[in-house]
Amino acid sequence: MLKLSRVKKTFNKGTVTEKRALTGVDLVLNDGDFVTVIGGNGAGKSTLLNMIAGVYPLDSGVIELDGKDISRMTEPQRAKYLGRVFQDPMRGTAADMQIVENLALAKRRGLHRGLAWGVTKEEKAEFPALLKKLDLGLDTRMEAKVGLLSGGQRQALTLLMATLTQPKLLLLDEHTAALDPKTASKVLNLTEEIVAENNLTTLMVTHNMNDAIRLGNRLIMMHEGHVIYDVAGEEKKSLTVPDLLQKFEEVSGGEFANDRMLLS
Amino acid sequence: MSVALQGAISQGILWGIMVLGVFITFRLLDIPDMTVDGSFALGGSVVAVLIVNAHVHPAVAILAGMIAGGLAGAITGVLTTVFEIPAILAGILTQISLWSINLRIMGKSNTPLLANDTIFSDASRLTGLPQSTVSALMGIIIAIVIVAVLYWFFGTEIGSALRATGNNEDMIRALGVNTNRTKMIALVLSNALVGLAGGLICQSQKYADIGMGTGAIVIGLAAIVIGEVLGRLLPGGLTKFGARLAAAVVGSVVYFLIRAFVLQMGMDANDMKLLSAVIVVLALCIPVVWEKYKLRSSYSRGDDQDA
Repeated sequence: MLKLSRVKKTFNKGTVTEKRALTGVDLVLNDGDFVTVIGGNGAGKSTLLNMIAGVYPLDSGVIELDGKDISRMTEPQRAKYLGRVFQDPMRGTAADMQIVENLALAKRRGLHRGLAWGVTKEEKAEFPALLKKLDLGLDTRMEAKVGLLSGGQRQALTLLMATLTQPKLLLLDEHTAALDPKTASKVLNLTEEIVAENNLTTLMVTHNMNDAIRLGNRLIMMHEGHVIYDVAGEEKKSLTVPDLLQKFEEVSGGEFANDRMLLS
Repeated sequence: MSVALQGAISQGILWGIMVLGVFITFRLLDIPDMTVDGSFALGGSVVAVLIVNAHVHPAVAILAGMIAGGLAGAITGVLTTVFEIPAILAGILTQISLWSINLRIMGKSNTPLLANDTIFSDASRLTGLPQSTVSALMGIIIAIVIVAVLYWFFGTEIGSALRATGNNEDMIRALGVNTNRTKMIALVLSNALVGLAGGLICQSQKYADIGMGTGAIVIGLAAIVIGEVLGRLLPGGLTKFGARLAAAVVGSVVYFLIRAFVLQMGMDANDMKLLSAVIVVLALCIPVVWEKYKLRSSYSRGDDQDA
């Protein structure tokens, strides 16, 4: 269970570029929740994920994971509990290293790394079967450098890497935004499969409202650094894009001024 | 000529150990570490002073030179990880400080060890082989051992994490690696090798000099790119990690052969640094210019030419 209480973050405090990114987020994710996060540019979606992952230190508030306070833990320390996929397909994998090496690095997420072999024989034997599930033909290219793969292939690989050892929480930060529509839908299907198969607690930021409605069991909308709308279950399933737009206008008292969201 | 040739080869191999150090930072960590010029002379100074003034066994002195080099790397490491000084500047700062420190260590700018035993003179006495041959042979053995150890180390969990740090820091941090630590390990390891090489060179040339490390980083980079260019000529190129390490040493030998050749041709030894820089510049420029040329020349006013 993930619990955020009064989480606040302001960037460049006291300067002209001051940005109040999170203005007090209270959020509880129950085990197995698949929550999609939407909101306009600068609403704090990515910051929310980055704060959970420990990329920046908190200004105030508490983040608890399974009852454990992780607010002051560093990014590498929190990595033990978190699987992460970034928006940029280049960010989730090491381009100059082999597919098998990338997987082996991911397999040791959060574990002590010592002088044992970085890739074991067992891993070399077991990884192809996992890659086969991606259905991208990567299982026969274990020794290929990841830099040779397409963005979609890399993103699918990152997804596999993030969930190779079961994370307590999967953080997806617009992980299909940089892909073409066809590849994006493939990666999304894969996301659904992997999340369902492992019953992962997931927080997925997206700018695509249809995806946000279709996927997961719960949807939250963010605006100006906090959660303005939180809907789950049947109510969420019956949502439509116009509903969401209307909801946004109601709560924020303004137009949903984000063309990217309207178009997608 | 053959003496010059042999000298160049043995020099190339001993410097090759320094090149391996540079390879770790430049190719694996993706930062050109300027500490190298200082830590190379530091290794030499420490070894010379320990042998001449403290009468320490030359092999032990070399170990001390290696540790000193590692410490220099640690200082650059702290500056760049803890205090977030850009890596190049951190290296320059350490390098400059080491100039003064090396002078303090030696107390003067040059320490000859003409009357003292070195590991090479010991080995020469033991085997009855001439010293130039011995230093080449010992250099080869040491280089092989180091290449083997590095090959093993970079295949381990921590070694893989280190390579990933140079490749994609965001990713490896998300996988739970403290990248400050991996950078630190790389800088210490790299400069320890550079210090070791400084100590070996000091014993092989029988003196340590305050300026012996000047331009070492450029020699290292030149040797690496020469090795890579030669490696490209191999069938299949340079894909295996062990081959990349070996190529760095081979590149160093070729560099010193070129150097011996151009000196033989009558070039001023002081111009060698210019030549080294030109080699590095060319190696870095050619791929960029080639890429741009390909992009420009692939333009056509009409449709794509699918040919």
